[in-house]
Formats: sequence, structure tokens, C-alpha cells
Amino acid sequence: MKILVCISNVPDTTTKITFTSNNTQFNAAGVQFILNPYDEIALARAIELTDGGNGTVTVINVGDVGTEPTIRKALAIGATDAVRVNAVAHDAWFVAKQIAEYAKANAFDLILTGRESIDYNGSKVAAMVGELLDIPSVSIIKKLDISGSHATVEREIEGGKEILSIPLPFIAGTAEGVAEPKIPNMRGIMSARTKPLQVIEPVDVALNLEVTAYETPAPRGQVKLVSADETAKLVDLLHTEAKVI
Amino acid sequence: MPVLVYTENAGGKFKKSIFEVVSYAKAIADAQSTTLTAISIGDVSADDLALLGKYGADKVLNVSADKLKNFVNQAYASVIAEAAKSEGADIVVLSNSFSGRGLAPRVGAKLDAGVADGAVSLPELSGGKFSIKKTAFSGKAFAVVELTSAKKVIALTPNSYQVVDKGTSAKVEDFSVDVKESDFKAMLKEIVRSTDKISLPDADIVVSGGRGLKGPENWGMVEELANLLGAATACSKPVSDAGWRPHSEHVGQTGIAVSPNLYIAIGISGAIQHLAGISRSKVIVVINKDPEAPFFKVADYGIVGDAFEVVPKLIEAVKAYKATA
Ligand SMILES: Cc1cc2nc3c(=O)[nH]c(=O)nc-3n(C[C@H](O)[C@H](O)[C@H](O)COP(=O)(O)OP(=O)(O)OC[C@H]3O[C@@H](n4cnc5c(N)ncnc54)[C@H](O)[C@@H]3O)c2cc1C
Repeated sequence: MKILVCISNVPDTTTKITFTSNNTQFNAAGVQFILNPYDEIALARAIELTDGGNGTVTVINVGDVGTEPTIRKALAIGATDAVRVNAVAHDAWFVAKQIAEYAKANAFDLILTGRESIDYNGSKVAAMVGELLDIPSVSIIKKLDISGSHATVEREIEGGKEILSIPLPFIAGTAEGVAEPKIPNMRGIMSARTKPLQVIEPVDVALNLEVTAYETPAPRGQVKLVSADETAKLVDLLHTEAKVI
Repeated sequence: MPVLVYTENAGGKFKKSIFEVVSYAKAIADAQSTTLTAISIGDVSADDLALLGKYGADKVLNVSADKLKNFVNQAYASVIAEAAKSEGADIVVLSNSFSGRGLAPRVGAKLDAGVADGAVSLPELSGGKFSIKKTAFSGKAFAVVELTSAKKVIALTPNSYQVVDKGTSAKVEDFSVDVKESDFKAMLKEIVRSTDKISLPDADIVVSGGRGLKGPENWGMVEELANLLGAATACSKPVSDAGWRPHSEHVGQTGIAVSPNLYIAIGISGAIQHLAGISRSKVIVVINKDPEAPFFKVADYGIVGDAFEVVPKLIEAVKAYKATA
């Protein structure tokens, strides 16, 4: 089985998000970048599904040379080989076009992404690639099992789940429950240095979206403390002052 | 050219978040001096379809073909794109729900439209530009995106727009589309709904517990408080990682982002990754025994105290309030 895992390079979860140039640029100064946490889940499941010589896992990232440490991390975790599309990831549409182009030329049985990236949270790449390849896509899955030419997946819905049967090939975005992220071991880290990392040039894309500005949430006022014996007062405040109950 | 809004149903019923989407799409249609067409796919009764008119739809396209009774991402995206073409709609609006997140990008790709996912405001129209604010960095910030394509798809974040009862009505028409066979490859086997609970993304009030609650056996009081308030229950990441609560309850940067009217955090420290997912809550109440817990810095109301003493007292106070209300 040939699996393609789409990975993105995102600010570490502890990053305090700030902007520069009159709130038009993300301030990357001093920011640690990591493999998107949801992509770690996708990668972990792909490695499990191909365990014991039962296939290969290729990771693909659209990014400039600065994303290579994150790609090497994915190789250290256990991907077989990697592809970097040499371009700044303008937006989900741009990224999806590049991935679809690569996938068309290299037939995969399964394509996985994380459910969303923790920077733009779009959940868009999987469905866009699905549309571009005309294969089924499932945006947010909590479980993925494969038997022969079919997969059984659990999809999250509000207040429950759907269980689907899907023929390969298809694309899905993974969430918690699909697999536990894997930590690279010493052997993985050593071998990652020599695993193939192919760099390819991007295809042209007609863009349709620009990020023009950023905002940070308005700060909240001072907390109003109520003593532990005055829960009735808290309820009253929530009713009369905050008007939320 | 009308605006098209896709009104997703759950088991044949529309949720409040769908009326938000209709109200929002109506405001966009008004700003464009045009009408609003809704498209509903599945098994929805005439009475329920009529509700779409009440919230602003001028016309409702009802797709009730047997094959389309249950959600199939690929097929539904084809139907919505075809409806947009047949209506001549340049703007398609839907909910940024779990299903909506699978549809919006596919509809966008079919229509050559830019997709504004996770929208939290009406489009800003100035100087011929069409810009929308959306959540970014998992709730730590917002990004303003400009859609530069002629066609546009907008997925609205639940709890971001007020439902407006227009008191109007819509004419309902049957709508049918030929959908290609290969759009039905994904087969629904089973839907599992937890009917006894309020779903977290839809909830107006959320009661959330953290590691301070010590173990799953102590969630009884969290559930009791939630039941009394008509709230959904949630938790911090370590709590779901430990298996005390299901993953579907985990909120935060790597879990669900929620924006309820009221978020009550019990025994949660307020780590940056947790706060990211709840920062859009209207009012935040924190109960924590450590006065230095970072959560108090972003809370509106707080009680410094042991959850095992405070929560039972709070339950009594809510009961007393409900008895008089
Ligand atoms: C990549 C990554 C992603 C992450 N994503 C998320 C995420 O999406 N969501 C998330 O929640 N976390 C996330 N985390 C984890 C986050 O950093 C914190 O570890 C986590 O939020 C802490 O959970 P907690 O507050 O329940 O537990 P703790 O930090 O252990 O805090 C427990 C709190 O309970 C209080 N307490 C203890 N006993 C009592 C009592 N009897 N009564 C009242 N209060 C009491 C303590 O004072 C303390 O403040 C992520 C971490 C990483 C590395």
C-alpha cells in the first residue's frame, strides 16, 4: 500500500501570536516551528498501516527550505521518503493544487492530512485535493481501519459519529483517536538524514484569496472574584449582570 | 443573482446554527440588494422547510431524492454547486460545521471560488473588495481574508451571528440534479447519535473539567451542573488523553474550539493551548483552588476554592435560582 501524508510546518502550540507591519504580517521572530500536531496523528496511522513491510509512506510538504527540519522530523518518525514542493504555502487552495498535481503523477492508495493546521485552521486541503482528484474525502475522522480494498472510518458529527465504508483511494483528515503520535527513536533520527527528500518546483495556480490583516482578541476586563461561600451571588451575577443564564 | 445558502439538517431537523447561517446569508443578500435562496438536501418536513423562510430565505430548493437522504460529502457538494449554477448565485454560504468543513472546499473548487472558512463576521465591502474576518491560530487571533475570485464560498462559525426572525415566508420548490454515480463511493453504514446530551459545538453553555478533578469518578457533579444549566460538558486535553472523558469533549488548540455564551472551567489551569479554544466565549467563569492559576487572568468571574466544595454549593445555588425563576 502506498500512502501519502500531507504535513505542514506550524508555530509551536505555546507560541504567543503577534503580528508586525501594522498587523499585516505574522511575527515569526523567535517562534519555534513544529510538525502540525494533527499531521503527527496522520503520519502515525500511516506508519501503523504499512508496518512490517506492508507498503510505503511518503510525506509531502509545500514550503521553502526552512521547513526541512520538520520534514526530517517526519522521516525520523518513520516516513519512507519525502517530497518538498519548493514554494511558500500561500493558502489552502495553492497547497491543494500542488499536492493534487503530485498525487496525479504518483498513484497513492490513500492520502492523509491532519484535520486542520493549527495556524489557519481551514480544514480545507483534504476536501480540495479530493475534488481535484475526484476521489472521496472525509474531513475529520476519529478512526481508520483498512481491510483489502476498503476502509472503515468514523467521522465526527455534532453530538455523535458516522461510520462509513469507503473504497481506496480516498483522502481523509485525521483527528485524535485515529492513532497516538509517535516519538522518533535514535535509529529513526539517524536514518532520517539519509532518507530521500525530493525537491520539486510548484505548478502555477490562479489564486483567489489573500490574507490582508490580522487581529488579536480584545483583552478581557479584570476578573470579578466571588468567595467560595457565595455561590448564590455568582449565580445572581450570571443572571442579572452577565445575562447568560 | 441570489445568494445561495445550504441548510444542513440533523435527522431531518435544522439546528439553531443553521438559522444563524440563514440570517447571516440574508444580511449578505440584503447588502448585495438581492434575494436569498436556500437549498435543503434530505428528508425535511414541509413545516421545517417553512422555518427557513421565517429567517430570511425567499425561496427554498428542496432536494429529497432517496439516494441523497443521508449525507454523502461528494454528492452533496455536486448538488450544491449545481444549485449555485442554476440559480446563478455567486455567493454560497454554509455552516462551518463538521459536514460543512467537508463541503465548502469542494464546492469552492467546483465553482472556482475562493473559500472563507470559519467566518465570524459579515463581509466588509469597500473599494470593490470583499473581505471577511475568520478565526486563526486556533483562536489566538483572527485573520482578515479577501476573496478575489468572482465566486465566493463562506462557511460561518457557529455562535458567531445572531438569529434574526424576519417573520417572512418562502416558496418551496422541488429541485433535482443528476449526480454522477462515482460521487456515491463513500457509503454510510451507521449514524451514532448521543441523544441524551447537548452537543458541544452547538451548546450555549459549557461546563468543563480539568485534571484538578482527579479522576473520571468525580465527573458526576460536572454532569449534574451541566444538566441543570442545559449545558454541554467538556474537558482539558490531559483529561481526554487519560481516557477520563471522550476525545470529542476535548477543547483547545488541538481539540474543539467553542464559543458559547458561558464557559465554566473547573480545575483547569488555563494553559495557552486550552485558552486558544475557548477565547471566543462570551463570559468565562473559573473555579480553581490556586489563586495564581493563569485562567483567572482571562476570566470574567472566578471562585478561588476547592472544586469538591465549591461545585456542590454552586449546584445548590443554581437549584435555588431555578426554583424561584
Ligand atoms: C502540542 C500540545 C497541544 C495541546 N493542546 C491542548 C488543547 O487543545 N487543550 C488543552 O486543554 N490542553 C492542551 N495542551 C495541554 C496544555 O499544555 C496543558 O497541559 C493542559 O491544558 C492542562 O490541563 P489541566 O488544566 O486540566 O491540568 P493541569 O495543568 O494539571 O491543571 C489542573 C488545575 O486544577 C487545579 N486544581 C487541582 N485540584 C483542584 C481542586 N480540588 N479544586 C479546584 N482546582 C483544582 C490546579 O490548581 C490546576 O490549576 C496541549 C499541549 C501540547 C504540548
